[in-house]
Amino acid sequence: MKHLLSTRDLDRATAVGILDIAEDMARTADREVRKLPTLRGRTVVNLFFEDSTRTRLSFESAAKRLSADVITFSAKGSSVSKGESLKDTAQTLQAMGADAIVVRHHGSGAAHMLAHAGWIDAHVLNAGDGTHEHPTQALLDAFTMRQRRYGADSRGRDLEGMRVVIVGDVVHSRVARSNVWLLSTLGADVHLVAPRTLLPSGVETWPVTVHEHLEPALALDPDVVMMLRIQQERMHAAFFPSAREYAREWGLTAERFAALGPDTMVMHPGPMNRGLEISSAAADSSASTVLAQVTNGVFIRMAVLYLLVAGSSEESA
Amino acid sequence: MTGVLIRGATLLGETREDIRIRGGRIAATGRLTAELDERVIDADGLVALPGLVDLHTHLREPGAEASETVLTGTRAAASGGYTTVFAMANTSPVADTAGVVEQVHALGIQHGYATVRPIGAVTVGLDGERLSEIGAMARSRANVRVFSDDGTCIHDALLMRRALEYVATFDGVIAQHAQEPRLTEGAQMNEGALSGELGLSGWPAVAEEAIIARDVLLAQHTGARLHVCHVSTAGSVEVIRWAKARGIAVTAEVTPHHLLLTEELVRGYDARFKVNPPLRRDDDVRALREALADGTIDIVATDHAPHPAEAKECTWAEAAFGMVGLESALPVLQTTMIETGMLDWEDLARVMSSAPAAIGRLDGYADPLTEGAPANVTLVDPAARRFWSRNDLRGRSTNTPYTGVELTGAIIATVHGGVPTVLDGELRPADEVAAAAARLREAARG
Repeated sequence: MKHLLSTRDLDRATAVGILDIAEDMARTADREVRKLPTLRGRTVVNLFFEDSTRTRLSFESAAKRLSADVITFSAKGSSVSKGESLKDTAQTLQAMGADAIVVRHHGSGAAHMLAHAGWIDAHVLNAGDGTHEHPTQALLDAFTMRQRRYGADSRGRDLEGMRVVIVGDVVHSRVARSNVWLLSTLGADVHLVAPRTLLPSGVETWPVTVHEHLEPALALDPDVVMMLRIQQERMHAAFFPSAREYAREWGLTAERFAALGPDTMVMHPGPMNRGLEISSAAADSSASTVLAQVTNGVFIRMAVLYLLVAGSSEESA
Repeated sequence: MTGVLIRGATLLGETREDIRIRGGRIAATGRLTAELDERVIDADGLVALPGLVDLHTHLREPGAEASETVLTGTRAAASGGYTTVFAMANTSPVADTAGVVEQVHALGIQHGYATVRPIGAVTVGLDGERLSEIGAMARSRANVRVFSDDGTCIHDALLMRRALEYVATFDGVIAQHAQEPRLTEGAQMNEGALSGELGLSGWPAVAEEAIIARDVLLAQHTGARLHVCHVSTAGSVEVIRWAKARGIAVTAEVTPHHLLLTEELVRGYDARFKVNPPLRRDDDVRALREALADGTIDIVATDHAPHPAEAKECTWAEAAFGMVGLESALPVLQTTMIETGMLDWEDLARVMSSAPAAIGRLDGYADPLTEGAPANVTLVDPAARRFWSRNDLRGRSTNTPYTGVELTGAIIATVHGGVPTVLDGELRPADEVAAAAARLREAARG
């Protein structure tokens, strides 16, 4: 694998393979010395055009545990905000010897552009591009689901037979897109729930079942309920009338949460709007995987960096 | 040499004839013998068309000369077989005064590659609020008859009504860029399954169709002429067909790129394919071709929109909208409409020359290639085939969407008002063209 741009490009075997490597990475976390020498002498650049402290720290931490040299380039306050183009920034980083570029950008397709425009040779890892994709988030979500379901017996398994309900602002969500492609590739039964205003056009062509209301989807006894973050400004653009109405219709309220089955996982990519898309009762319960998702994010990002950077050097050796 | 003899051309793809050009006019057609002072163009196997007329060109001068100038844009036009271009008003300063349109018009005359007919802005600064001095532009030396805020839509219904009525006073026409602004805020590509997948904001067909529907009703109500720029959807075609059936004075254009390319090209996020209105679906392309063939769409216009490399070498959302199209228009039309049997050469001459001239109130294109008509002639080699490349471009910018696409047909010669601007498939030098044009002007005056 040269780049990781989208989960659409992953077939089931590759996806399961990434999850399995992440299992290996997770095991190293219990050791006394957590650091692996795998990427010693390699340089990983975190190129963040959009603020995202969590994702940036997760990638930094993953690269450091693999002993890579890590450069973090935050576009705010840098030459980029003074008009330097993505092309010039990328070529500068390449000239500094970047082996892999982890890119987060507000524009859909930015990672694809970096990988395919012919500007650079480095591996490109999409850490979120606009409203397009966020593949490592989907991988860590799948990893978390598998681990909760199968525990120590996770290795080699896909998500066949699991029912996942994703609720909220699908149209603006890169997390939802990456999850839809990946989870369906892994065999999960994926359901989307949102008012029509928050569903992307063409959603009827996606490998999912779409619901406009939350109750019918929750009545299917899902294994996972994933709540997407709602941005408050959406109500000003007439996507829905008010936070209160949204919470009432599509929020995981304490009542709805209480009615879920005992083994249903509650997931959220963070940061959460408590009281809007998710109630504290749900967020703080033992059903919530929110913190496990953060922990697993590091293992998944280690696995992907390992596959891209170390994997390719073995091929060329 | 004072004259030109085109030998053995197939006029409009029908009969083989010679064409004699003298003093800027067609002196004779038929079987002719070359005279000593004539430059002979061997047109064996070539189709003679009237000089092409583009009702929708962005020449970028004044203001964005890094992208294009009147000189470079008319060179691109000549190499594509055009002898007249209508230059859009969205320059800097905006073409909203007699001073600006006269300047652009004069540059066209000075360079000589093509007649430049400026389009006047409908509203001051294209701000959509106050009418610009339409009368002054109409009465200026630039003789403006087409008015457009192209790039933005005249979305205020009252302003549109008044503009239609006021422009009609000067025998002008409003060329509307039909795009409902609220429905297309931040829009990046055609709205549909692909925009949903790629995470790019959609530009829904209804945003074009709703404005066209409103505008044809306003045209009916006011009795004024309406021209619809760059029609891009099957639904728009339906609305225009309905309006024409009711006798409403509406005309419409389609761009070459909307006749050939579809939204699938957006998949790689290559901003060369970013254009406004956006590339649409296969069904739309089919409907547009049929509409051009049956006359629902009257003309082809390029919407030639040059941009510097840096405006396209960036992420999709940051990139500029637009494609260059003057050089490739005829090859695209031959490929999409002639080769498919949907149009013949006579039809092509209508949709790319006489009909746009009539909409723009441009004289000299009504009876082309006949004795006494102004000598605007384009010679096409219909047998030529090539994979399009940047080397086929002659303007200042290279944002063509066709690189690597096989297109048929090539422009071998262009004669603008008796002045050869392209011979043997190559542009004539700027000084030669300017001098020849100046001599003809002198002679006409004397």
